[in-house]
Amino acid sequence: MSLWYALCEALPVEMLRWDFMKNALLAMLLMAPLFGLLSTMIVTGRMSFFSDALGHSAFTGIAIGAICGLTAPIGAAVAFSIFFALLFSYVRSRSSQSADTLIGVFSSTAVALGIFVATLGGGSFTKYNKFLIGDILSVSPQEIGLLAAVLLGVVIFWCLGANRLTLTVIHPQLAASRGIPVGLEQTVFTVAVAVVVTLSISSVGLLILNSLLVLPGASARNVSRNLKQYHVFSVVLALAAGLGGLTVSYYFGCSAGAAISLILAVFFGITFCLRRKAG
Amino acid sequence: MKFPPSSADHGHACVLRVENLSVNIGSDCILKNVNLHVHCGQLVALIGPNGAGKSTFLKAVLGQREYEGVIAFSQPGQRSRKPRIGYVPQSPAFDPSDPVSVADLFACCMSRRPAFLGLGKSMRQTVLECLERVHGVELIDKRVGTLSGGELQRVLLALALEPMPNILILDEPLSGVDIEGMENLMDMLDEIRKTYDLSILMTTHDFSMLPRYADQVVLIDHAVLVHGDPETVLASAEFARAFQMKGGKP
Repeated sequence: MSLWYALCEALPVEMLRWDFMKNALLAMLLMAPLFGLLSTMIVTGRMSFFSDALGHSAFTGIAIGAICGLTAPIGAAVAFSIFFALLFSYVRSRSSQSADTLIGVFSSTAVALGIFVATLGGGSFTKYNKFLIGDILSVSPQEIGLLAAVLLGVVIFWCLGANRLTLTVIHPQLAASRGIPVGLEQTVFTVAVAVVVTLSISSVGLLILNSLLVLPGASARNVSRNLKQYHVFSVVLALAAGLGGLTVSYYFGCSAGAAISLILAVFFGITFCLRRKAG
Repeated sequence: MKFPPSSADHGHACVLRVENLSVNIGSDCILKNVNLHVHCGQLVALIGPNGAGKSTFLKAVLGQREYEGVIAFSQPGQRSRKPRIGYVPQSPAFDPSDPVSVADLFACCMSRRPAFLGLGKSMRQTVLECLERVHGVELIDKRVGTLSGGELQRVLLALALEPMPNILILDEPLSGVDIEGMENLMDMLDEIRKTYDLSILMTTHDFSMLPRYADQVVLIDHAVLVHGDPETVLASAEFARAFQMKGGKP
């Protein structure tokens, strides 16, 4: 960390004189590639709404962990979101209802359960606001370490399994015909997203998390012709929005999460206008 | 309906031998006592009304369904019991917005190197060689979602031909393909089976192609109703009954 601080001091940028900005910048540099990568697969696999529901289930897990008196509710939250992801995968494979209906069912149940548990016995809800709105400006060095570990895990997962996973999400029949266990691949990816979302949510909040998980991939799709471009654009857009959002929030005094999300929305608008012609 | 014993097979080696095949799913009998022989270099077409069990038959042959009876493969000159099967699944089109090129699709199927890092030179060369077999070299940088029905089938065929199989199985390759595309595809299958001495087993709903391309046609509706050369089967009373009653397009 001290190396990073020294590097920031050396840069002639006014906002980097503050420790909280140095932390936020480092966290952003880790989060952009992390969510940029995940975003490509989430959008291709039509899981945008599902990642949103997972964010809510993570919040429920944190509330349950807190009520059980655990000092680190994050462990309980991870366990709960894995359970949530597995249960969802199971119900989806057994039900003829469409995925968005089932996600709606799971999402509202998770939120209701979280609020129920959090307010049990007249408890106050406000202490959970951190998770809903979140604040990247208050990210701690420990949380940055956690983000770095998650990024490393995702990059390894990607290098080992991206080909099979891509085939599974774009054409399940073809994947099955080539001996790929389609159901298992989908479940593993769902659980991986659940773990990443839960580990990241306490440091960055639900709002920025969901926009970073969906918008970079959605924007990159507008202008990409192959997988390489798709991944590069997605990560670059996430990075640009992250750095831009931090700067905007510093100089205008607004929420960093909201600024990042809005910049991503602008990127989507621009790429939509530039979208490639068929071919 | 029984096939003649192997000794009467005009000297052709039998690549796939199916005897007394039955498949039950729950209490439903999907296939009952099906017999079928595919000989080396033959194109065998499996026809039947919707829900007759054609896809189930292919899945049993591929080992993806439990079955009773015998499914045996043999390779002339080889003792290995497991031949290479190339399979082209019944295929809905790709999502038109997927940013996946044909080259990416091949890399995802064939390479360990993550496709999102881009294709190496040797991989790209391999993909070009695969596409050359289906006269589709120009498709390499097209996005999979923009392929026409015929182009998609050719790409899937090229995938199934690497590594070169002993028997090629196609599930409804002609659905979603226009008339011109159909002839192209059938000509290509014909050329491939002659060049590589490949046996082909396919299901289809399009009977107009059968007399020109198929060596053997098998009509099934849970059991084999009639089999033989295309003219015999298409003129049979069983064929007329199967498709008039179920509203097919003879």
